[in-house]
Amino acid sequence: MGLKRKDLLEIRTLEPAEIVTILDTAASMKEIASREIKKVPALRGKTVVNLFLEPSTRTRTSFEIAGKWLSADVVNVSGSSSSVVKGETLMDTAKNLEAMSPDCVVIRHSASGAPHMLARALRCSIINAGDGMHEHPTQALLDLLTIREKRGHLDGLSVAIVGDIRHSRVARSNIWGMRKTGMSVTVAGPPTLIPPGIEELGVKVTYRLEDAIRDVDIVMMLRLQQERMTGGYIPSLREYARLWGLSLDKLRAARDDVLIMHPGPVNRGIELSPEVADGPYSVILDQVANGVAVRMALLYLLVGRGGEAGEPGGVPA
Amino acid sequence: MNLVVRNGRVIDPANGLDAPGDVLILDGLVSRVGPKLQAPAATPTVDAGGRVVTPGLIDIHVHLREPGHEYKETIASGTRAAAAGGFTAVACMANTSPVNDTRAVTDYILAQARAGGLVRVYPIGAVTRGLKGTELAELGELAEAGCVAYSDDGRPVMNSALLRRALEYAQTFGKPIISHAEDATLAEGGVMHEGSISTDLGLRGIPAAAEEILVARDIALAELTGHRVHIAHVSTTAAVRLLRDAKARGVPVTGEVTPHHLLLTDEAMRSYDANAKMAPALRPKRDVEACREALADGTLDAIATDHAPHALTDKEVELDQAANGVIGLETAAALCLTHLVREGVLDLPTLITRLTVGPARVLDLPGGSLTPGAPGDVTILDLERAHTIDPARFYSRSRNTPFGGRACVGAPWMTVVGGRIVMREGTLA
Repeated sequence: MGLKRKDLLEIRTLEPAEIVTILDTAASMKEIASREIKKVPALRGKTVVNLFLEPSTRTRTSFEIAGKWLSADVVNVSGSSSSVVKGETLMDTAKNLEAMSPDCVVIRHSASGAPHMLARALRCSIINAGDGMHEHPTQALLDLLTIREKRGHLDGLSVAIVGDIRHSRVARSNIWGMRKTGMSVTVAGPPTLIPPGIEELGVKVTYRLEDAIRDVDIVMMLRLQQERMTGGYIPSLREYARLWGLSLDKLRAARDDVLIMHPGPVNRGIELSPEVADGPYSVILDQVANGVAVRMALLYLLVGRGGEAGEPGGVPA
Repeated sequence: MNLVVRNGRVIDPANGLDAPGDVLILDGLVSRVGPKLQAPAATPTVDAGGRVVTPGLIDIHVHLREPGHEYKETIASGTRAAAAGGFTAVACMANTSPVNDTRAVTDYILAQARAGGLVRVYPIGAVTRGLKGTELAELGELAEAGCVAYSDDGRPVMNSALLRRALEYAQTFGKPIISHAEDATLAEGGVMHEGSISTDLGLRGIPAAAEEILVARDIALAELTGHRVHIAHVSTTAAVRLLRDAKARGVPVTGEVTPHHLLLTDEAMRSYDANAKMAPALRPKRDVEACREALADGTLDAIATDHAPHALTDKEVELDQAANGVIGLETAAALCLTHLVREGVLDLPTLITRLTVGPARVLDLPGGSLTPGAPGDVTILDLERAHTIDPARFYSRSRNTPFGGRACVGAPWMTVVGGRIVMREGTLA
């Protein structure tokens, strides 16, 4: 049971069965994190390049740890240290990397579609670690893994995704992933931050936080980029926090067993009050922990022997 | 140059002609059209039996990139592409480097066209100096130098007061202003049509309203000043509706549409292919349908390619950074014959109208008809020729087309400029 594809570019084109495969594999990877010696030989002799052309701490570290626990050689290339700042094009950078025969390039880029361009040009596997406003597939997969762990299943659950939907790759990947796994999705935020035609992705839209969070199983709060004010999307952070921030007070409208998620990094006091971020409903740190497991699973399935028939080598069944 | 084209189906919409016959060109001008014409001894003869003979096709919207961006296209290479595509005349936009906002640049373009151009070249001057949208270019001098119209194409003139003055001032010289109608504040940062697909792809969208707003403004200013505005590359349902209404009221306004806006939708962006990135953006199917209807009913006067050559280095980059536009001179006729005529959107005489007399009237150009005394420009079409578009064989310096690999039936077979054969069966003279 593997993935019959070279790359992971987006959730949109994944089969539901592939999502289940990734989540199952990730669940089995979690055992490694609990070991004294966190190392298995599954990717020994494989090279993974983390090409991060946009700032990232969490995702890059997560991919790096995932690769290292699987014994891959992991090389990090970041925007500031790459030749991109010297005027080299993305395509040239990619072709130069390819000449060094990596088995996988993990790319984070500010332009939507950049991983697709790489995937067409390079023979090795490409994993999208977030492209512009398009998708962040590994984030959605770790979110699904977290929900499945907490609730035991995905099918039939309801979720509200709240905030800057327009600019959010996390929202897009999660919408696809949640719809494909049988969840119902409501998006909410100021109308300026709800992109046109989002209903065609199979979601409900509301402009009021209180309406969105009532009776849902999960509330996912998105990070508000502070520069959105200058684009005229919102008048002030203060007003955004007041209307769209999730405080303990507003949380009373939600169910008692609601899960609060956030892809990080959290703007405390803007989209989430500290009491909610650190409160009993919050599974934010579970998300981070599951990020490593999901990325191990993907590296294993795309680059390791998980992509072929047969038993995984050195990985717990 | 003398030439007689015999036995073709001659379609000359300007004269209401669609009949078998001959076309006689003497001294570079159309002499007569009719059955079994007598020609002077030793006149070269072309047998157009089984083919369609039309006035030379005219493209009133191309970018020849010279001076300044010769790595994308030159006047020589662009006119070779035109000849290969059945066009006998092109009007070239002012966004060169330097901008065509002075006589010196116009002179240079015309000199290069005389030296190495294979088809007729009509320069379009800038409306504003440096296309900056702040001061008028010397419109009088540009007209004297040979510019046939004014346009800041690629950059809408956002200052309505300035555009009003330009329209008033241009009346002296009788040259229309061509408007790239796209509200720059709404379009800023956008790379495609705003809708469910841009949302899905996470690409910044440009709402159709950006075009509608400026078309409405341009029509209002044409009405205010009484001077003619030509709307370049119309792409939306609303723009078509505004144009139709304005024309019915007698406002001096015309419009053109590109082959890509007639054939492609915003679905083409799904692959993140920079060859689907253009301004205005590719629109949803309903807008394509509206443009097709408007072309059929004459609301849109002309098909123009907006031939916009770009090198691979301008296109093979992240979509946000990729240049706008596609080339069209070598594919337009074949695509229109295949997808508009064969699929019943237009009948053949209407297509010919929109590629000949229609554009000629928009810019008041000689040509576009086979009236005796007109330029001896003829295009011969082979409606049956099946072929596949192969960018590797283009005469243009650039290859940025979204139509590579597309199967077509119908192609230009011969291009004649002033009685001289410049293209025969796809190969240049």
